[in-house]
Amino acid sequence: MSLPLPEPFRAEVAVRVEKVVKTFPNGDTPTHALQEASFEARCGELTMIVGPSGCGKTTLLSVICGTLAIDSGSIEVFGQDIGCMSDAEVTAFRSRNVGFIFQQFNLIPTLTLVENASIPLILQGCSTREAEQKAAAVLTELGLGNRIRSFPRQLSGGQQQRVAIARALVHDPKLIICDEPTASLDAKTGHHALELLKQSACRPDRCVIVVTHDSRIFSFADWIAEMEDGRVVKSCPAAEYHHA
Amino acid sequence: MLRIALLMLFRDRAKYVMLVVGLTFCALLMTQQASVFCGLMLWTTATVRNIDAKVWVFDAKVEQVNEVIPLREIEVTRVRSVPGVEWAVPLYLGIEQARLGDGSFQNVQLTGLDTATFVGRPMEILKGRIEDLRLPDAVIIDQVGVEKFRKKGIKIDIGTSFEINDKRAEVVAICHENRSFLAQPYVFTTYDRALQFAKPQRKMLSCVLAEPKPGVSPRELAASISAIPGLRAFARDDLFWTTIRWYIKNTGIPISFGTVVIMGMIVGIAIAEQTFYLFILDNLRYLAALKAMGARMPILTAMVFLQSFSVGFVGFGIGAGLTTLFGLKVLKLETPPFFMPWQVPVAGAVIIMLICCFSAFIGLRQIAKLEPAVVFK
Repeated sequence: MSLPLPEPFRAEVAVRVEKVVKTFPNGDTPTHALQEASFEARCGELTMIVGPSGCGKTTLLSVICGTLAIDSGSIEVFGQDIGCMSDAEVTAFRSRNVGFIFQQFNLIPTLTLVENASIPLILQGCSTREAEQKAAAVLTELGLGNRIRSFPRQLSGGQQQRVAIARALVHDPKLIICDEPTASLDAKTGHHALELLKQSACRPDRCVIVVTHDSRIFSFADWIAEMEDGRVVKSCPAAEYHHA
Repeated sequence: MLRIALLMLFRDRAKYVMLVVGLTFCALLMTQQASVFCGLMLWTTATVRNIDAKVWVFDAKVEQVNEVIPLREIEVTRVRSVPGVEWAVPLYLGIEQARLGDGSFQNVQLTGLDTATFVGRPMEILKGRIEDLRLPDAVIIDQVGVEKFRKKGIKIDIGTSFEINDKRAEVVAICHENRSFLAQPYVFTTYDRALQFAKPQRKMLSCVLAEPKPGVSPRELAASISAIPGLRAFARDDLFWTTIRWYIKNTGIPISFGTVVIMGMIVGIAIAEQTFYLFILDNLRYLAALKAMGARMPILTAMVFLQSFSVGFVGFGIGAGLTTLFGLKVLKLETPPFFMPWQVPVAGAVIIMLICCFSAFIGLRQIAKLEPAVVFK
């Protein structure tokens, strides 16, 4: 008699999205961006949301981090129902628990790298000195220790992406949200950026969600959720997804 | 975050300079033109300020100090008869023609002082003695006259003589007086001699200067004197403000200066508004990113207002500073008119800050409308 094989161990659910609906009123033809989309992402994993343009990936990302209100359904992030929170509560929650890496990096061009990277800490009430010390340490870890007083325009795209990663990590958030992290980078630099993200961001107590349609970086994912027409149509370990 | 806001502003040099220049220009136009206007208004009251008398008595139809309707000599006695009058003396005020040595003419403001008391004497004697006014043909001329004659190639000093209405006048002293609205030199002499210099008329007395008895206020005394038919009396302060109000009401001066001040405001609003709006638009992406990262609207509001006010503060500071430099320069030359009462910079600062508030408000509307989700677009 053979014993059933144990299911592979998976950590606790960090983000749970259930039957979320989001419609954008668009004149006579409203856009149904999310149609009862359901999705889970777990701690310690890098989850990728993939799919063709216009399938609702970015909308799903926006509702997960609370920057966009939903019409119906529920979203839990680390056990907290985002949908029930007031604007101020969601903002405070985001400030404490979410780190962002944007497609265009969104580094403020008139601030130095260390000033840019220290913003999340300053938003949490840290003193400038303390925030900049921590930001400098993270930038050093990411290989930019000698450029902390440079301005973003003086850096390459890959270096700017590293600063964006530093800004996302500096306040030690539980959830990292990356929107098309390789879209503004060439293949080699994008690969490096994902390597760096995986090394520096993935921890057992942290969840990393990456939205992309760049199939070259799927190999960095632990779990892949595929979207189509506002729904998550497939959600599986990355290995299975590649195999399929 | 406020430090971040200031760094964002100061390091965007082109826009920062543009904003500061716009507001500087606006502040300069407003404060400088307002100060010139105040100076000009002050010039209209030069006679009131030059002659130290608490109560001025004119013909009942007179509306301001530069308007003279002659009175009968008997009016001095009638004023003296009013209870509450300590003393009253006659004063002659008139614009007369002085003929210079080379035959050219210059209008002068002739002031005839009470011969016995010299009430209304010049504020400051620069050269010579007031007592010498009792000498034959004696006159005292002010520094404006010295300057005007110098420009015509005639050096005025003690002992210099010229003619007033074909009668010889000899300078016995040079004084310093507040410049008059028409920038005519003040020439002082005794009341009796002034009547000889002036063209004869049936009535020659210009006004009566009176002093209230102790315990009687100038305003009370003016009211008592005004009760005499045909006379109108003013306390000195009232005459000062009545004169200014008359010029504001009856001349185009406030309109022309007001137009420049309003244009300054419009230019300031246009430049500051447009540049600050562009500054906000340029930074909208980053402000949205800050919003997404957890910056609440009150923080963003404080950042935008700080940026706006700091630009306003610097712009106003430079503008008001330039006006002050202008003032220091022209006060030495005594022309053009310039007087900056504290209300001018305060009003200028308030207007600049209102412009900044308005600019910040317009920018904030964009930020308030901004969904943090736009950072993912």
